[in-house]
Amino acid sequence: MNRLRTLLSTTAFKIIAAYLFIFVLFAGVVIGSLGFATQRLFTDQITETVEAEVRGLAEQYAIGGIRRLVNVIDERARRPGASLYMVATFSGEVVGGNIGDLPPGTLGLQGWIETDYRRADETSPTKPHRALAQVYGLPGGFRLLVGRDLEERDRMREIFGRGFRLSLLFALVLGLIGAYFVTRRVLKRIDAMTESSQRIMAGDLSGRLPVAGTRDELDRLAGSLNVMLARIETLMTGMKEVSDNIAHDLKTPLTRLRNRAEEALRTASGDDAFKAALGGIIDESDGLIRTFNALLMIARAEAGNQREGMAPLDLGEVVSGLGELYEPSAEEAGMSLSVSAEPVRILGSRELIGQVVSNLVDNAIKYGRTEGSDARIELSARAEDGFAILTVADRGPGIAEADHARVLERFVRLETSRSRPGSGLGLSLAAAVARLHGGSLTLADNGPGLKVVLRLPRWVDEASHAHGKV
Amino acid sequence: MRVMRILIVEDDRDAASYLVKAFREAGHVADHAADGETGLALAEDGPYDVLVIDRMLPKRDGLSLIGELRRKGRETPVLILSALGQVDDRVKGLRAGGDDYLPKPYSFSELLARVEVLSRRRATGAPDTLYRVGDLELDRLTHRVARAGEEILLQPREFRLLEYLMKNAGQVVTRTMLLEHVWDYHFDPQTNVIDVHVSRLRSKIDKGFDRPLIHTIRGAGYSVRA
Repeated sequence: MNRLRTLLSTTAFKIIAAYLFIFVLFAGVVIGSLGFATQRLFTDQITETVEAEVRGLAEQYAIGGIRRLVNVIDERARRPGASLYMVATFSGEVVGGNIGDLPPGTLGLQGWIETDYRRADETSPTKPHRALAQVYGLPGGFRLLVGRDLEERDRMREIFGRGFRLSLLFALVLGLIGAYFVTRRVLKRIDAMTESSQRIMAGDLSGRLPVAGTRDELDRLAGSLNVMLARIETLMTGMKEVSDNIAHDLKTPLTRLRNRAEEALRTASGDDAFKAALGGIIDESDGLIRTFNALLMIARAEAGNQREGMAPLDLGEVVSGLGELYEPSAEEAGMSLSVSAEPVRILGSRELIGQVVSNLVDNAIKYGRTEGSDARIELSARAEDGFAILTVADRGPGIAEADHARVLERFVRLETSRSRPGSGLGLSLAAAVARLHGGSLTLADNGPGLKVVLRLPRWVDEASHAHGKV
Repeated sequence: MRVMRILIVEDDRDAASYLVKAFREAGHVADHAADGETGLALAEDGPYDVLVIDRMLPKRDGLSLIGELRRKGRETPVLILSALGQVDDRVKGLRAGGDDYLPKPYSFSELLARVEVLSRRRATGAPDTLYRVGDLELDRLTHRVARAGEEILLQPREFRLLEYLMKNAGQVVTRTMLLEHVWDYHFDPQTNVIDVHVSRLRSKIDKGFDRPLIHTIRGAGYSVRA
């Protein structure tokens, strides 16, 4: 019962019921107009026949007066058929014809009438018949009625009525059966979807909604929900990775921090030793905070919820500014930093891009040098088609091509760089920021050295378009 | 040194008592409010030089506290102290009427340096066109720098660096403050980029003189004083 109620309350069922109603209405109009047309045809035929007979009788009357008329009528009345006749005197006394009984006063009328009657040869009183007839007054007070039985016409009307009712019933039954099956099929699929979504909500994020392969609207809905689920799963996996990484890689420096404090308590004597130990602890915690901030930044960039903080900015300006900031550091490290920046606008976060460029230049200063090379770092920003291209290239040992994908992962530090300071998050932050800006990060061989290429979509201002500059 | 009156609005008991203690040790007067309503009442009544306000507070959050204060025409400098440290958070804080924003975790020396700069900014009236520390002079109008009457040629960026340091002469200025005010970057450089710039500046200002004017404050930053 409950299930039937659910079935009746579904959208599919309501749509089908509406269609059924429209169909029945349509059938009614078709059958009805057909019935009316047929009836009209019948009526026309009857009136024509009656008029022809009246013409014939009028001729007879003209030849032989009332006596001849009554004789002819009596003769015609004996023939089988639907024709009806009656001749009566002015006092209502019947002198001829095949009608036994008429409602009182009928003969007093003029012209076309539709009336009940009984045949003269009917003995037992049965249901009266219907007739369409014309009444005339004749000289001498005689009344003449000529008509035709309407039984055929009424039977036809009845047939149409029955047809209408039958087709109504038929449509209803068929429609309801169809609605039941269609709705049940839809309900089944929706139930399956509900079931899978409940399973997914319970924690199985790898679950997906069933797709029937029919490419209908339910399939499309399930498909787009599945895409959404996949996105959520990626984000959740990312979050889980972040927390795993935090657990693994922050524990090491935290342990170091603790060990330093313990060691100072155990062995240090004198203010200077304590101060040195505390200084070390502060440095260590600063490093931790930096790593933590970088992780948060990556997580936020990957979650993609920082887009609102973006504004149009000139990548060239960011690059030349950072080049100026880092030039002394590079020189101090015995390297040269050459900057070539052409103005190219992007839509982005100045702080995130700045942080990324700063990390990349920092990496180049740290790792971009080999014995005997010219130790040059090239920092550039330029426009290429629809993209702003930022490159940071060094002449160091580079990264083996096999490792290119791996170093973009969080915390991956190649063995050769383990001994130097850094969190191993610089490149993965750069990759995350590139993705956040709708761009990409690639590593390439600078022959020799490493070339990091950041491709970001250019931002085209519509106002400047209008002025003819891009 | 001028004694500052500071109001700390912070709901975390430990953090608050640490701050009160540290400010007192630095020679200042510090009061504490544990929720937004009390903080607002105290800030309206008391003659504070600087307010240090946490963003997430019980009863009334930090940003609404600052907004209410500003609506009532109180111009006391506010430093927002918050665990929400991303760029958009900072922008939100500054738009709400904060004068400076320090994300947690912070170092106290950074906080102290910023609070001192904030309080001084209010104390001084119209901006000076000529800064003078010892025998070092910086003219902001002509962009001329001279020490002991001898002109020193500086790059534009070096000039702005020295200008900021001299504007806050006697105060500690941290590396982050320099990055924010001289370069206008609000991110965390991994290495000693700022130190390299300061040491270049120092070689032009202090080299050949017996008394250095640019001092490194260990664990905090730099300070220019005679």
